[in-house]
Amino acid sequence: MNILPALQPILEDLTERFDTRIQAVEAPRPNEVYFHAQMELVPGFCAQLYKKWNGRLVSLFADDARVQDGAFHIHYVFAIDAAHGFFILRVPVSPAQPEFISLTNALPAVNWQEREIQDMFGLKLEGHPNPRRCALHDDWPEVYPLRKDFDLHTVLPPFTGERHKFREVEGEGVFQVPVGPVHAGIIEPGHFLFSVAGEPVLYLQIRLFYTHKGTEKLFENMPVTHGVRLAESISGDSSFAHATAFCHAVERAANVEAPPRARALRTVCLELERVYNHIADIGAIATDVAFVVANTHAMRLKERVLRLNEQLTGHRLLRGMAALGGVLFDWGAGQIEAIRQCVAWLRPEFESLVGLIRESSSTRDRLETTGILKPQTARDLGVVGIAGRASGFDHDLRRDFPHAAYDRVNFTVPVYQEGDVLHRMQVRIDEVQQALSIIEQLIAKLPEGATRVDVPTPPANRVALGYVEGWRGEIFHWIRTAADGRLARCKIKDPSLQNWPALSEAILGNIIPDFPVVNKSFNLSYSGTDR
Amino acid sequence: MFDIIRKSLATGIVTTDYPQTPAEVASQARGRPEIDYAKWRDARPAVAACPTGALACEDGGGTRTVKLDLGKCTFCGLCAEADTAIRMTNACELAARRKEDLLTTAQYELGPAGAQGKLVATQRSPLATQPSNLDSIGTELKARIAKVLGRSLHIREVDAGSCNGCEIEIVGLNSPVYDIERFGIHFVASPRHADMLLVTGPVSRNMELALRKTYDATPDPRLVVAVGACGCSGGIFGQNYASLGGVDKVIPVDVYIPGCPPNPHALLHGILTAIGRLPEK
Repeated sequence: MNILPALQPILEDLTERFDTRIQAVEAPRPNEVYFHAQMELVPGFCAQLYKKWNGRLVSLFADDARVQDGAFHIHYVFAIDAAHGFFILRVPVSPAQPEFISLTNALPAVNWQEREIQDMFGLKLEGHPNPRRCALHDDWPEVYPLRKDFDLHTVLPPFTGERHKFREVEGEGVFQVPVGPVHAGIIEPGHFLFSVAGEPVLYLQIRLFYTHKGTEKLFENMPVTHGVRLAESISGDSSFAHATAFCHAVERAANVEAPPRARALRTVCLELERVYNHIADIGAIATDVAFVVANTHAMRLKERVLRLNEQLTGHRLLRGMAALGGVLFDWGAGQIEAIRQCVAWLRPEFESLVGLIRESSSTRDRLETTGILKPQTARDLGVVGIAGRASGFDHDLRRDFPHAAYDRVNFTVPVYQEGDVLHRMQVRIDEVQQALSIIEQLIAKLPEGATRVDVPTPPANRVALGYVEGWRGEIFHWIRTAADGRLARCKIKDPSLQNWPALSEAILGNIIPDFPVVNKSFNLSYSGTDR
Repeated sequence: MFDIIRKSLATGIVTTDYPQTPAEVASQARGRPEIDYAKWRDARPAVAACPTGALACEDGGGTRTVKLDLGKCTFCGLCAEADTAIRMTNACELAARRKEDLLTTAQYELGPAGAQGKLVATQRSPLATQPSNLDSIGTELKARIAKVLGRSLHIREVDAGSCNGCEIEIVGLNSPVYDIERFGIHFVASPRHADMLLVTGPVSRNMELALRKTYDATPDPRLVVAVGACGCSGGIFGQNYASLGGVDKVIPVDVYIPGCPPNPHALLHGILTAIGRLPEK
């Protein structure tokens, strides 16, 4: 078996410990190792990877393989950052006994993902502390949309009203404030129910999946090339990151690697996406504490980046650029000069914006110690990306699982222990500075050559994990190919799904007027979560 | 304080003069696709390349009918990659009052081996060539709006299931570069204060009721603008178990703004079209 040397000791430990209970081990790629076993192995296997090898359970999903294997499969994907590899445990669930063991009590990080499997596949959770519906709302009929025998175009009865029983919080002077799904700002829909005693928030219940639009099912019903365009619409602010993660998965399934120049161009685009989103968030955080002038400057800077995106890819949000096997457009000398000029203009402008915010003591006062997410909570909830790094959780796929051209550039990963709004903003500030440096390093010596290679249609039942560190955090696309050149399954894992529960923790003890800024400091995607 | 003022003065005015000046769009930007109908030999490769069904063809009775629907088009450019008869322009001001105006139809005699023969007829979207005519409903609406709303407009944005792409560009309207408030237009926090609903997304099943309630809460006279390919038609999501399709499946729509997402110029153009503040071209 061809695997990374760093994974060897872990593999040996697991095979020795679980021995005959592991039915098969496969490594379709050196950093992607699959174990096939029965359900009873799940708790022990996961505990071993989590506790002994510091593994993070980054994705948990099901796949309807009843036709070829007579069972549903549940996959537990662990990332071992220090060893730069993924260990994936696959266990069958018999259609005759459609149940699976919950890990939520031991690993709160998987709460929503387990319930999503229950909703979308009709597999019942055993031992989950709150096994209520999550992905499909309470008024949905008994349908399991991701089962193969469910048709994408099934017409369901119209939504008739909320039937969800919200958790009650009682006591003298306690009252509840419902907000959403239509919000006051120009943002996505979701429902927040605050329970407050006086001003401090006692409890926040978050209810999402309002924008669920059948995306994963849709992937199974279109040619793979169209899937790239659909991936761009999973979460609008991460268009390029999602599309690239999807391409990465398909390329890995086909054992093809994008050429060096394409990887460099992808990296520049990923960093441009990071830059425009981080700048927008820094401005929006300032707005939410009434420092509007800083946001005005931030929006001016963001607009300049969006116009550069348009020059480089024909699209302000970088859509249409990602392609299987590379990127669709190459850049000429004029476009590379435009990047150089934009970065040169942006650097002092950005420093000046940061200075403006830093020198405003009233702004700092509102941001410091607001919305604290403690490092232990972040670890328990498996919080990823910016929010994780602001709470001492040191991981970044760009460094730990180098993809695109991240192995060719120098950068540091900012990590802070404080976990408040100020430090979630500080991570963004540091990352913008790093991103500008990464872009400069890349355009200084862009590899020559092709920007795209052909990706042959992979045979049926190939599996592959694609990944990208988007601006918000890690994005995973896991695919299984079908016989007709389409996909039998495309599992999308947006970092938001992982991070939403952390918002409920970070807001505790804060006041409702601070909720917008705490929420913005996480800036999670609704559409990426709901799909 | 002085630093803030100094910075503002040093920055100067960054606001565009649009619509007095043309939209500032890069030459590389992808907007409305342009098809050389007379030279077009076979629509099928481009139709197969289209991820949303914006380009569709149907054969029957010795003829082929090809349709291009700007309301479904995401301007991804894959059709132009597949077929040299198609070229992507950077035209982005494509808002229309009637959905039919987004549609171009061409009819061909069917040649051998499925190729296209003689071009029999075309019915072109007015947006492709000439100015769109105001239909009587539009004129009446325009007069009513001008009378009731005067020169001010309050907008409530509703995300009925979008990917958030449209929201990024709508937020841009409040930036100093586009500064929508210079038209007396601003975004409000409640439908009760709004004259216009700016609705994005394919309407998800889970947002249908919320959208209806928001519409009902908006005082009459009210305008509804459907934003983006998804808002116009369902876009790449189309209709499925969780998506109802375009906004007009749920509430009546006055103006459609194509794009995926429409850029801020396109949005301004659509909003100003809706309230009759643009010269009818």
